[in-house]
Amino acid sequence: MSDNKPIIRMDAEPPEGFEGEGFFATKLSSVIGMARKFSLWPLPFATSCCGIEFMAVLNPTYDASRFGMERNSFSPRQADMLMVCGTISKKLGPVLKQVYTQMAEPKWVIAVGACASSGGIFDTYSVLQGIDKIIPVDVYVPGCPPRPEQIIEGVMQVQALCEGESIRRRDLPEYKNLLESYGIN
Amino acid sequence: MTNEFVLEAITREFPDSVISHSEPYDFLTLEIKKEDIKKVIHYLRDSSLEIQFLTDICGIHYPENPEKEIGVIYHLHNLMTNFRIRLKVFMPKENAEVDSMTDLYAGANWMERETFEFYGVKFKGHPDLRVILNMEDIDYHPMLKEYRLEDGTRTDKDDKMFGR
Repeated sequence: MSDNKPIIRMDAEPPEGFEGEGFFATKLSSVIGMARKFSLWPLPFATSCCGIEFMAVLNPTYDASRFGMERNSFSPRQADMLMVCGTISKKLGPVLKQVYTQMAEPKWVIAVGACASSGGIFDTYSVLQGIDKIIPVDVYVPGCPPRPEQIIEGVMQVQALCEGESIRRRDLPEYKNLLESYGIN
Repeated sequence: MTNEFVLEAITREFPDSVISHSEPYDFLTLEIKKEDIKKVIHYLRDSSLEIQFLTDICGIHYPENPEKEIGVIYHLHNLMTNFRIRLKVFMPKENAEVDSMTDLYAGANWMERETFEFYGVKFKGHPDLRVILNMEDIDYHPMLKEYRLEDGTRTDKDDKMFGR
């Protein structure tokens, strides 16, 4: 096992660009993407077992802080990564949607675990069969509940998304249509 | 207090109200006429029997029995002697309605709202009979045995894989 230790790199690769003595030129979107990537603020929306696993992600063993997500925002105002960990009942649906709409752009959503992704085992009258019925989801983390490593993998997928996307992607008509299909805006 | 003693007291006081009685697991269980249930519970509370605690109100649905399709079941408890009793009333599904216990027991309020929500039983005299657990705009009573157990909105499951 000791050979298996993950190598955690604290130094980010610079984006592609032109480098010379005393200067470095690159695209604005690359710089912003890098900044966004390493300063995600999660808004934990934890309702059940997955929420406990998410708490484990924050503890020193898994240490989510090394992703720049040090501050967990319990307000939607400044958060940009909504992490829905757990079962969302239909009664809670409007609350989740309101939290999502109150978050400022750009924002990303992770559905953590089977319940948030698909309703999980709760195939009943009271449980929302996946949060993508009411809000758009960027990354689905499988598992019931997923291990902290899987949640970290989900976060890294979001990092890859926000690093790669153009700063104006959220102004695109496709994105607006997507939101409109959910009745948001 | 024994089952025989309480049963005799009730049948003496309300000879026409008791439809049947049984003692499953030594738990005295009476079926009471729908119109008389409030009288009986009032008597149990205020008489010397002192069965003063309303443990539970819940509903039940027997779709195969149209005369007694919807039931409301009351659990009562005498805390001094630790005596418990169960009362049942049954009614057809159309316009299922029974007297509210809210003026006898304040705790009946939420239990009756829940029973109304899940079984559609109306409680006459309830001050605020509306949905309590599900979303407000739910337009059906989910615990009635006339719906599929699973949510039909689910798209990620292939029934073939589950042998259905």
